[in-house]
Amino acid sequence: MKVLYSWLKEYVDIDISPKELEEKLFSVGFEVEGVDYLGENLEKVVVGQITSMEHYEGTHLQICHVDCGDKGNDHLILTGATNVFVGAKVPAALVGAKLPCGLDIQPRKMVDMMSYGMLCSGEEMNLDKDWYPGADVNGIMILAEDAPLGMEMRDYLELDDYLFDISITANRPDCQSVVGIAREVAAALNKPFKAPDLSYTEDGTVNENISITVVDKELCPRYLGHYIYDVKEMESPLWMKRRLIAVGHNAISAMVDITNYVLVEMGQPMHAFDLNDLEGSGIVVRRAQEGETLVTLDEKERVLNPNNLLICDKVKPVGLAGVMGGLNSGIKDTTKEVVFEAAKFLKDNVRKTSRGLGLQSDAASRFEKGIDEYTVECGMARALNLTQTLGLAKVSSSHFDVSGGASREKRVIRVETAKVNDVLGIVVPEEEMVKILTALQFEVELNDGILTLAVPRYREDVEGYQDIAEEIIREYGYDNVIPTFLDDAKVTNGGLNSYQSKELAVKEYLCTQGYYEIQTIAMTAKTDFDMFLIPEDAKERNVVELLNPITENLSIMRTIMAPAMVKVIENNIKNGNEAVRFFEMANVYLPKALPLTEPPVEKKMLCLGTCGAEEDFFAMKETLEAFAAYNDLTFSYNRGEVPYLHPGRTAEVYCKGQKIGHFGQLRYEIIDSLNIAGGKKADTKIFIAEIDYSVLNGLFKEAIKYVPETGFKGNSRDISVLIDKKVECGTIIDAITACDELIKKVSLFDIFESEKLGADKKSMAFKIQLVSDTADVTDEMTDAVIEKVIGALGEQFGAQMRV
Amino acid sequence: MSMETIKTECQAELNLVEDAKQLADFWAKYLGKGGEVQKLMSGIKNVPNEEKKAYGQAVNQVKTWVQSLYDEKKAEIDKKAMLARYEDEKVDVTLPVKETAAGNLHPLTSIKNEIINVFVGMGFDVFEGPEIEDDDHNFTRLNVLKDHPSRDMQDTFWLTEDLLLRTHTSPGQIRVMDAQKPPIKVLVPGKVFRSDSDATHSPMFSQMEGLVVDKHITLCDLQGMLDQFVKALFSDEAKTRLRPSYFPFTEPSVEVDVSCFKCGGKGCSLCKGTGWIEVLGGGIVNNKVLENCGIDSSKYSGLAFGIGIERIAMLKYGINHMGKLFENDIEFLKQFKA
Repeated sequence: MKVLYSWLKEYVDIDISPKELEEKLFSVGFEVEGVDYLGENLEKVVVGQITSMEHYEGTHLQICHVDCGDKGNDHLILTGATNVFVGAKVPAALVGAKLPCGLDIQPRKMVDMMSYGMLCSGEEMNLDKDWYPGADVNGIMILAEDAPLGMEMRDYLELDDYLFDISITANRPDCQSVVGIAREVAAALNKPFKAPDLSYTEDGTVNENISITVVDKELCPRYLGHYIYDVKEMESPLWMKRRLIAVGHNAISAMVDITNYVLVEMGQPMHAFDLNDLEGSGIVVRRAQEGETLVTLDEKERVLNPNNLLICDKVKPVGLAGVMGGLNSGIKDTTKEVVFEAAKFLKDNVRKTSRGLGLQSDAASRFEKGIDEYTVECGMARALNLTQTLGLAKVSSSHFDVSGGASREKRVIRVETAKVNDVLGIVVPEEEMVKILTALQFEVELNDGILTLAVPRYREDVEGYQDIAEEIIREYGYDNVIPTFLDDAKVTNGGLNSYQSKELAVKEYLCTQGYYEIQTIAMTAKTDFDMFLIPEDAKERNVVELLNPITENLSIMRTIMAPAMVKVIENNIKNGNEAVRFFEMANVYLPKALPLTEPPVEKKMLCLGTCGAEEDFFAMKETLEAFAAYNDLTFSYNRGEVPYLHPGRTAEVYCKGQKIGHFGQLRYEIIDSLNIAGGKKADTKIFIAEIDYSVLNGLFKEAIKYVPETGFKGNSRDISVLIDKKVECGTIIDAITACDELIKKVSLFDIFESEKLGADKKSMAFKIQLVSDTADVTDEMTDAVIEKVIGALGEQFGAQMRV
Repeated sequence: MSMETIKTECQAELNLVEDAKQLADFWAKYLGKGGEVQKLMSGIKNVPNEEKKAYGQAVNQVKTWVQSLYDEKKAEIDKKAMLARYEDEKVDVTLPVKETAAGNLHPLTSIKNEIINVFVGMGFDVFEGPEIEDDDHNFTRLNVLKDHPSRDMQDTFWLTEDLLLRTHTSPGQIRVMDAQKPPIKVLVPGKVFRSDSDATHSPMFSQMEGLVVDKHITLCDLQGMLDQFVKALFSDEAKTRLRPSYFPFTEPSVEVDVSCFKCGGKGCSLCKGTGWIEVLGGGIVNNKVLENCGIDSSKYSGLAFGIGIERIAMLKYGINHMGKLFENDIEFLKQFKA
């Protein structure tokens, strides 16, 4: 909300500086986002009068002697302008002056003569004709004859003023106006609020032809109309233009300017219809029909639907309620009769229409914040007051008030002062409460600790004691709050639960293994699936889609972790870091059914990604094994198939009989599609693990329990076998383990191939550990088990013992 | 050898012993099986009966004496050998070893943990709600009604007419109060989503909600609690300042500023000359929210606050662009080792 300091001063006797006002507003809940000084960079430019002038022979210049009153009465200034004359009053920029166009005035030589200053144009002072008549003249700006000599131009032009840009919270639509801010300033400074003049006199004329009907009152709970006639074609006065320009409006004509002025001053969007354009002299407020069209003032055709509210005449639409008027009924130079509209349209409906059509306007952005009926009434009255005061038109007695029936009485609420103090935690004296609320325009009665409050009609946000507590503390001052520490609250025993602590421990463990944690955005693009070679009918493609994504690249919720991980690695490679280890723990989002009827499953995943010369399939497996060992888990591995992983280097990971994920090397096709230097692609290998943490989380030990050692001695034996190369280690270990229940652990400690062994053979050496819970494992028992093992390996794989 | 000879000779001999081998020879000669001492001992059979006792005592004395000489020498030799071994095994401690790679947590995780630790000490639990919420939890029951302008304050990513990506962690308040009755002290950390993206906004970011519901909870308690928080997170000198604000789910609502930890409140570039930095929002829980969760607002009251984790991380670590936090450049990440 942009507000002029001088405008506020009209309604409140402000006796503090703009800087202090900024702080005051801040302390009562209105953050000032900026304060601009309008006279910025307009210094030492004063009103001067040309006392004599002669042509500078051989040049286009005039030599002027300028009287600037108490700023010196004979300044020698040369100018190239041709519109100056002896006796003219002009803006004279003296030596040392600064101008908004960036000029710094110093004595300077023009041809062979020194000039001590500069006469200014309107443009050089950043002015247009609405700020000062003649400011658009090509040449020097000629000032009125009564301009006081020597006066600083910024005072003369009323630029010694400040423009406040104030941020208004969503609960205070009543402050979206100069009077709204002024009421707050008055309360904060404890000064009276001097309301703008709302008086006007109806002249008794009645136009019997005009009718106003509101069909859809649920979208338009209040509609005021007033007929004015004999409208003059005139400009608005300078003071009005300046205020409008300063806050960002254009000055157009008195008729249009008044509607804008009321919007800014009172916070009520107004509309003026040319009665001549209203067929049947009627106004009908109704929902649009499906497909109905209207060309709005911006000359665009809008296709509408029944959620859009229209202002129509007896035949056709003439405006989009609360958003923009129709091109067919706007104010023209020839307009003689006008119907003013001041209405309350529902904020939600205006917002939806405005957003739906992509049509912004000052009126719409004001209506979206919410209008109260008091403001509607004041807005209309102020518009009629200004019409009359400026002599713009005659104010008839044809006044229309269509109401949805809401009460026009002030709401009365009762609040215990003790409750207010309970919320605040301090005791605010009752008389202080009364004083504050009175200053905020509440009508207050205090009896036995109960405040009976008549709430100002524009304060629709105030409902109960919590709201009153806020009103009181923001005026009383937050520095009166004394920090305490839950003096009356019960002691609670907080902390992370076991799930949360474990998750943190898992992350910290991975860090010790050289992995850096990353965090990536949960949204991604559908094109990920093509890049990651996911088949068309794969379940990964069943995704949760955003209805209103910012960009296609962030339009779905991810179902796999790998793409984001690969993108991070890709970026690191581009930045020159090929050797990386990353992990991320985050959700994937799996719909239960599509289209979505209930929230999807949010499944927590642990994703690992590695790249670099030191990394390979087994390095990642080492991480997983170390992780398992650290958590007292056993992982097992099967060959697996994942669309984006190397078919020969992909494993499924199992724990306690459940599949917990997979890992492997990223396919070369995907590496090829990455945006990294071609030369690097050949050497780049990326390894990815995706672990379903929601499953793994259930497999961790619930509690540590000590089991006494049996004290029985185990035994172990090493065997070495010659075996078909194709037989995988896991299969052999499983086969050995299955031979006897004494076998507790089988580990490979050597593997090699050689010509001597034969091209299709390999030699593998295993350590077999045997343990019994009931007795020592003797050498004889061990011999018997090993015999079984040798038999089984021979039978199943044709393996031969090596000595 | 006679006792006398042993006494003189073994002393002289021992003086010449320099290593373990010579010492072993010495032992064998005097104290070992068939050694001089034993020979003396077996000489007792030739001693008259009445002298046997005295003789035995004398031999034992010799034995003890030789043994003690030997022990002394052995200690000396052992010590020398140990010193030699240490000298021999000396390594170049400055030689490099195989590099140990150690990663670290993401700065947002670290900050999150730091904040959690502060509040856990005050008795807070931690609750994590779903990231995909419905209108009811994310808005309506938090007193953000259908036509409420603050629905625009938080540009929402919608999935269906009802389902959405949560725009804040506040729905966690509702879920906690549905499941648990006062006293409640809970933090709700998590990812939130808004359709916004620039230097200080990311479409996904993290928040931490705090909620306390009990008897007689006041604005003074909110400030007292947050004072502790900023002291723990920023510096012992840090203070908070409350100023009025607006959130539909709290009334009164406040913005909480922390005294600038860079300049100590004098005014600098970080605090834009004001001496204060905005760090979070909060307030007294709106009675409507309590009632929406079946908590009797005439008996209980609450305070709530919401912390932007990225903002705290950026302030605390001096990160100037939020995008950095999600780029995951390793050179960036490496800087956040604890």
